[in-house]
Amino acid sequence: MNKPLRRIAVFCGFLILALIVRDNWLQYVQADTLAKDEKNRRVTIERYATPRGDIVVDGKPITGSKESGDGNDLKYQRTYTNGSMWSPVTGFASQSVGATQLESIEDGILTGNDDRLFFRRSLDMLTGEKKEGGNVVTTLNTAAQKAAYDGLRGRGKGAVAAIDPSTGAILALASAPSYDPSTFAGADGKAFQKLDKNKDKPMLNRALRETYPPGSTFKAVTAAAALEHGLYDDIDAPTKSPLPWTMPDTQTPLPNEGNIPCKNASLREALRVSCNTVFGKIGSDLGKDKMLETAEKFGFNEEQFVPVRSNASVFPEKMDRPQTALSSIGQFETAATPLQMAMVASAIANDGKLMEPYMVSELQAPNLDVIEKHAPKEMSQPLSEENAQKLQDMMETVINDGTGTNAKIPGVTVGGKTGTAQHGVDNSENPYAWFISYAKTDSGSPVAVAVVVEDSKAGRDDISGGGLAAPIAKDVMQAVLDSKK
Amino acid sequence: MSSSTTHTSTIGAIGAPSRRNTELALLAFAVVIPLFAYINVGLAIDGELPTGMLGYGAGLGLLAGVSHFVVRKFAPYADPLLLPLATLLNGLGLVVIWRLDQSERLQQLPNFSAAAPNQLMYSAIGIALFVGVLLLLKDHRVLQRYTYISMVGAIILLLLPLVPGLGMNVFGAKIWIRVGGFSIQPGEFAKIVIAIFFAGYLMVKRDALALASRRFMGLYLPRGRDLGPIVVVWIISILILVFETDLGTSLLFFGMFVVMLYVATERTSWIVFGLLMSAVGAVGVASFEPHVKQRVDAWLDPMREYTLSQQGVVGHSEQAMQALWAFGSGGTLGTGLGQGNSDLIKFAANSDFILATFGEELGLAGIMAILLIYGLIVERGVRTALAARDPFGKLLAIGLSGAFAIQVFVVAGGVMSLIPLTGMTMPFLAYGGSSVIANWALIGILIRISDTARRPAPTPAPNPDAEMTQVVRP
Repeated sequence: MNKPLRRIAVFCGFLILALIVRDNWLQYVQADTLAKDEKNRRVTIERYATPRGDIVVDGKPITGSKESGDGNDLKYQRTYTNGSMWSPVTGFASQSVGATQLESIEDGILTGNDDRLFFRRSLDMLTGEKKEGGNVVTTLNTAAQKAAYDGLRGRGKGAVAAIDPSTGAILALASAPSYDPSTFAGADGKAFQKLDKNKDKPMLNRALRETYPPGSTFKAVTAAAALEHGLYDDIDAPTKSPLPWTMPDTQTPLPNEGNIPCKNASLREALRVSCNTVFGKIGSDLGKDKMLETAEKFGFNEEQFVPVRSNASVFPEKMDRPQTALSSIGQFETAATPLQMAMVASAIANDGKLMEPYMVSELQAPNLDVIEKHAPKEMSQPLSEENAQKLQDMMETVINDGTGTNAKIPGVTVGGKTGTAQHGVDNSENPYAWFISYAKTDSGSPVAVAVVVEDSKAGRDDISGGGLAAPIAKDVMQAVLDSKK
Repeated sequence: MSSSTTHTSTIGAIGAPSRRNTELALLAFAVVIPLFAYINVGLAIDGELPTGMLGYGAGLGLLAGVSHFVVRKFAPYADPLLLPLATLLNGLGLVVIWRLDQSERLQQLPNFSAAAPNQLMYSAIGIALFVGVLLLLKDHRVLQRYTYISMVGAIILLLLPLVPGLGMNVFGAKIWIRVGGFSIQPGEFAKIVIAIFFAGYLMVKRDALALASRRFMGLYLPRGRDLGPIVVVWIISILILVFETDLGTSLLFFGMFVVMLYVATERTSWIVFGLLMSAVGAVGVASFEPHVKQRVDAWLDPMREYTLSQQGVVGHSEQAMQALWAFGSGGTLGTGLGQGNSDLIKFAANSDFILATFGEELGLAGIMAILLIYGLIVERGVRTALAARDPFGKLLAIGLSGAFAIQVFVVAGGVMSLIPLTGMTMPFLAYGGSSVIANWALIGILIRISDTARRPAPTPAPNPDAEMTQVVRP
């Protein structure tokens, strides 16, 4: 009977071996995947086991941590200072709902679990210190953010994005209506459910994640394309622009807003009074490929990661000639995030160079050692220095003498462009009021800003970029200029 | 008798060392290791030495001491590894059960009560039974007389959970009975009784089963009427599966029978038959019996099962996924005793799923060690079967060790989602009186068989012709 006995011994060995192999699969090969699975409660426990590191603006934390209290296996919960104002920057870290945006992207640093903190963590383990989270230092400017948020709050819905054109550093990122992430940072997620069902979408980060038809502000891009592709050279020479102008392949004339002097107007004049006919014809003359090339150099049709993801703005890739004309004045399917339009303004203000937008300047270890520092990076050059200066000249005329006079700041050179974008079926809904601008001092341009206001309370006629959006842009620019002094 | 095997599986080597001192030294480790683990848990959870430390150490030490003394006295040639290994597992199990008693999450559950004191009591009863086996069972061959009584006993034990008013339905599996406040898993005891029956039955019938067969395609096909017993056992296993809805118990009995049949007849065809029949049975039942089917579905997609249970769909359980997360989070070295979150498994965390706590807190390293300890117990059991001199002893030893191995595989495999989950428990580690008591009895029988096997043959009576006659020993 011994031969089968030995075989049974081998069989039992195989049973144990199968278990050992399976265990190696689970605890070695799959261990990381299982341990980091978002649904694995331990991930949440770990995230809230120690006070999170902070998100820092202007040297001051805009977040904090407090103990959650008894009966909760998550020890600490997040607190936010002025949460509604900062939520488009921070996102949220909630025990019940999870983390998003900056809180989620930099979770590793904030919890102290990042691999770059491994050595320190091991040292802490040996010395018996508690694990600590690092800090995320942002580029934002408190005064500018406050100006942006206060301005929006008084006017209903909308968003503001402001950038330092020379570096790409984001200075303000506001969205209204907003929400305070402290209300659902703890174990109770009811406030989140309520916000989630709110039809005004307070949790939507409009500055990064909503695309609006940019309307006339897009004419700055079209003007850049006209100069860059050599369609026109002299901004003060008359353009070949008949009035009325019928869109190619159609019988439809493209209308202007009111009776404005657009016939053969110069580029400067056309931008000052915002001629649809002139810029529509430029787009049509250049053709969709050249327009697309310039738009994409400004960042259209591409998601931006700042490092929070921003939706891709759209300049349509497939369109016929009349659609190209409409797209070139910011209509048809053209759509842009406020961040995108701030990038347009910043590239023009920075003499043609578009810097990559970013909002995290530094990652700090718990003892404030710098782990990573952001170096400004050039993203593209949508137009030459010479053409950029021509376009600045034109945009400054808009402020001094055109539709954007509301954004004038005494003693400072300001350039900008207004926009009123129609939308809805047959343009039935209230249009969006747009404004993009930059301020310039002797040492270059410290700020470019884009503002969009979707106002349902104001009457149709009152909505114009110059009336609603320009004052907010002015306040934001003023705040940045003041903080530089 | 080759000299290389003299030390381990001697058959009648005169003067073979009894190895009792080896056993004593190993037992010291088997008591000290859980004691350190106990201290470890106390330090991790409360930051101080646990108050019950001395009592616990003394209790475990006493149990080990008594059992060692009884073995030394009544089974001096027994295998030296079985007792220390079982003690070690029992001790570690106690520590982890105590650790889970400290869990706030489990304390919040309805019906929570501290399990460690009960388990300590069960362990004491188990060791008492172990001592009883060694004291009362002077020769395992006595059991052969009870072959058919065992059969009746086994059938009664297996049917008990189906008796109305006695049986309990625990999360769909009906393998428990409740007697005066105690829940008992009769299957654990049936495991031993049925092994006795199979061993006695097969010893008698082995020749008929082995020789009267036809050869077909390289396999010996048994005659129709010889197929009878295996078909009967197969049907009983299927009935267990259908009525008690527990794949594990069913697999255990059928597997044990096939192993013993194969050893008794030395015919590979039985293995082939056995595998085919268990596959047909398992697949067949799983496709129509809802509870078994649900277990299989949960095994195929534990994440879906978890999601359903989170949505509050009745009859679904998050346990399988929670166990997987526990293993994954433990990683290579584990979180350290008392520092994991395996209590997220909640129900049955200290019984069916106790291995997940070991996985999380002791890591891959700990689980490998535990699996190797189980492997060693099985190996010592098989070695006992090899060394045994009588066919009944061989069959009984291999039946018990085979069943032990299959049980470890079915339970650990279920918890690690290698196979569908079943309602059985890890021998010695898991909380549960029936399991601990029955397995101590099992170890007692194996020790008795190994003692008989390794006992030196009686010295031949002095013979005046000794010098002229050469004694030939088997």
